[in-house]
Amino acid sequence: MLKLTAILVDGVIYASWLFIVAAGLTLVYGVMRILNLAHGSLYAIGAYAAASAIGWYFKAGYVPAASYLLLVGAALAAGAVVGIAVERGVLRVFYGRDEVVMVLVTYAVLLVLEDLIKLVWGVESYSAYQPYQLLGRATVGPVSFANYDFALVGVSAALAVALWWGLNRTRQGKLLLAVIYDRELATALGINVTRVFVVTFAIGSVLGALAGALTAPAISVTTGLGVEVIVLAFAVVVTGGLGSIGGALVGALIVGLARAASVHLWPEVELFVIYGVMALVLAVRPQGLFAHAAARRI
Amino acid sequence: MSAILSTKSLAKSFGAITAAADVSVTVEEGEIVGVIGANGAGKTTFINMVTGYLTPTSGSIHFRGRDITGMPPRRVVRAGICRSFQVSQLFGELTALDNMLIALGMLREGALGWIAPLHTTRRERQAREVLARYTIEEHAAHPVATLPQGVRKLLDIAMATVSAPPLLLLDEPTSGVAIDEKFPLMDTVMGPVRASGAACLFVEHDMEIVERYAARVIAFYDGRILADGPVAEVLEDPGVRRFVIGSEIHRARAG
Amino acid sequence: MGLDRSTLGLGAAALALLAAGPLLPDWLRFVGTVALANALVVLGVLLLMRAGLVSFGQGLYYCIGGYAAGVAGKYWGITDAFVLLALGVAASAAVAAALGLLLSRYREIFFAMFTLAFSMILYGLLTKTQALGSTDGFNVVQASFAGFRPPQASVKGWLYALTVLVAFGCAIALQRYLRSGMGYAGEAIRENEIRVEYLGVSVRRVIYAKYVLAAVLAALGGGLQALATGHVGPDMAYWTTSGEFVFVVLLGGTTHVGAALAASFLFELVKSYVSHLSPYTWQLSLGAVLLAIILFLPKGLWSLRERFARKAA
Repeated sequence: MLKLTAILVDGVIYASWLFIVAAGLTLVYGVMRILNLAHGSLYAIGAYAAASAIGWYFKAGYVPAASYLLLVGAALAAGAVVGIAVERGVLRVFYGRDEVVMVLVTYAVLLVLEDLIKLVWGVESYSAYQPYQLLGRATVGPVSFANYDFALVGVSAALAVALWWGLNRTRQGKLLLAVIYDRELATALGINVTRVFVVTFAIGSVLGALAGALTAPAISVTTGLGVEVIVLAFAVVVTGGLGSIGGALVGALIVGLARAASVHLWPEVELFVIYGVMALVLAVRPQGLFAHAAARRI
Repeated sequence: MSAILSTKSLAKSFGAITAAADVSVTVEEGEIVGVIGANGAGKTTFINMVTGYLTPTSGSIHFRGRDITGMPPRRVVRAGICRSFQVSQLFGELTALDNMLIALGMLREGALGWIAPLHTTRRERQAREVLARYTIEEHAAHPVATLPQGVRKLLDIAMATVSAPPLLLLDEPTSGVAIDEKFPLMDTVMGPVRASGAACLFVEHDMEIVERYAARVIAFYDGRILADGPVAEVLEDPGVRRFVIGSEIHRARAG
Repeated sequence: MGLDRSTLGLGAAALALLAAGPLLPDWLRFVGTVALANALVVLGVLLLMRAGLVSFGQGLYYCIGGYAAGVAGKYWGITDAFVLLALGVAASAAVAAALGLLLSRYREIFFAMFTLAFSMILYGLLTKTQALGSTDGFNVVQASFAGFRPPQASVKGWLYALTVLVAFGCAIALQRYLRSGMGYAGEAIRENEIRVEYLGVSVRRVIYAKYVLAAVLAALGGGLQALATGHVGPDMAYWTTSGEFVFVVLLGGTTHVGAALAASFLFELVKSYVSHLSPYTWQLSLGAVLLAIILFLPKGLWSLRERFARKAA
């Protein structure tokens, strides 16, 4: 019973930051049909930026409470800058190529960003534990948890609602949805698809960086973070269905719980379990849980 | 004559959409049948079901007495039913000759053909013969993505015939082809068909082509068969007039 | 079945390399051995790429091949190079036979990402397994060849010869395979799967076969690499390793097998210089060059040859 509670709580906590990462990845795919392998690097950049900012902030001795704003701010800045630079500087040149070429392009971007991270931040690990510790701990039944993690769940839920509302209830959001469903038709209706692409990629990058920044206080930020994350985020996005934010939410919960179960019961096979669960879902629904139906081809 | 194809109450739904309902068709060996109907009436769905690309929601398909319902396309093709496509399905970056060589290599040769080289003198000669029979041999060295629509259509159909199938299904063989090319294309295609004694169903929107090349017509409407019989009868049928042809057509008839 | 130009060319190159072996300085011969071992993995990536599939995870089988040789040597005392390679091939083929069942259902992005994920799964497993040296890996025994135990000083030379023979043997076989019915089936699948099914061929089975074949090639490469360097580590399954194999294929182009071998040589030479000088910019350079290749030379360096030929004509 203790284990079960721990798995459930850990699973939900894990799912909450997974959702933020996955949402960015799936949004970019849905709108632009690009599976951005470099999304993990944005997560890493967000984490490093936040860790550096927090480290500097607390050394300078400012008000601890405002450090949370700094976390979000660092993510927004880093994500937007890098995201727009990548989209306008690199991706734009390759638009129109088939999906696999785009994967190769984003792979190249991943290679470049991973080295840039090393050049800027070096290879030692960073930690920015203060925001994490500041909130203290709480107990749910027999299990003890950090309040920061709970706050993260709340932030993630709020973000999910904000994304849903933004996509379905605002004009800009509906334009995005139109492009997701049928790019050609959207262009024919006069939607400025180029602008939509820049905005989408920026939002996706910010989400990736935000996930990194929010997780940074809870972990040790080191090299290889980006690729670990993309491997997980991909499992989430595929399980939920590429291009579906709702799918990212459900996928994140499934992967989060699977991972929590594995960590508590058999840690060595963590990734194996996650991908095993994903394979099970795909065996029943090959396109993922919430993927859009494909049109007839012949 | 015996039935080569027999479908009983074929039906296909996609969720709430009924693409086909109660489609029962019998085709005799060597029969040439025209298939007409408005867009979305169920003609291509029918071909997709018969060739195994779609699994019918209900109903059965028998080919020469054998139940082939739900069999995947690769097995249906080997059983003896080949088809051409509304949008030509070719290997775009490869040349017309390579396309034909692949068709010959895959469809005709057995298991050992797999490891032997594809480009043999004999096979190349065969490929060029087929291309010539379909009047497209001058395009042999060109990548098919660069070829005009009429040539692509002919290649698509030619590739479907390399195994000499006893039943050939042609999905809109002349669609997208210039008006003055339609009849020559059909002549080129139907010549070998008649010579081989194969049965053939072809989907067409042009009633003149249907009249000239088919002895029998099946009319589809809204997923169902509206009429099925000799050409003259079906084309005069008031239902067909209303839902398929659209209006009275005045045309000169010989005899 | 005759001796066509490709076979002759590759055969001549192999003989030349064998003859030059004893004359080459040790470091160059070592680079050559590693380059050819890696070229085997590259051949597998090329095979899949011609069928329209990009595998970002051949490192999985490269690593299995290497670790099989290492484990068999360390725990079972086997030193025979042929046996060690065979063990690696068997292990890889078994894993590929299982994973291929899932992977042959997918294409494009899904296929690429799954292959990446599976190799990272092995990486994760190995880094957490103390018995296999976790992140450090472990050393591999010295090779013997069908009972013949050369003196330590000349083992590397014999390994070089073995690697040349295996690599070029596979290259020649692959080039012929690519011209066969099944080889063309791959191209056809890349162009139009529906048409292939309508020509009576099971696309899934063809892809499955190619996936297993690529895994076997990668295992051979991994085993030879392990014997040549005397060491295996989880890095063999890390994503950057697999990415380098993809890079080399794009560098050489998928048109000719010889180009893949040449590109592999070029890559190893450059890598042995650059990655020491500037470890933090190696990936960056790869990324930048990759973008340039995709943009300007989508058919790889081999297409330059055609361009020069056309200009001269």
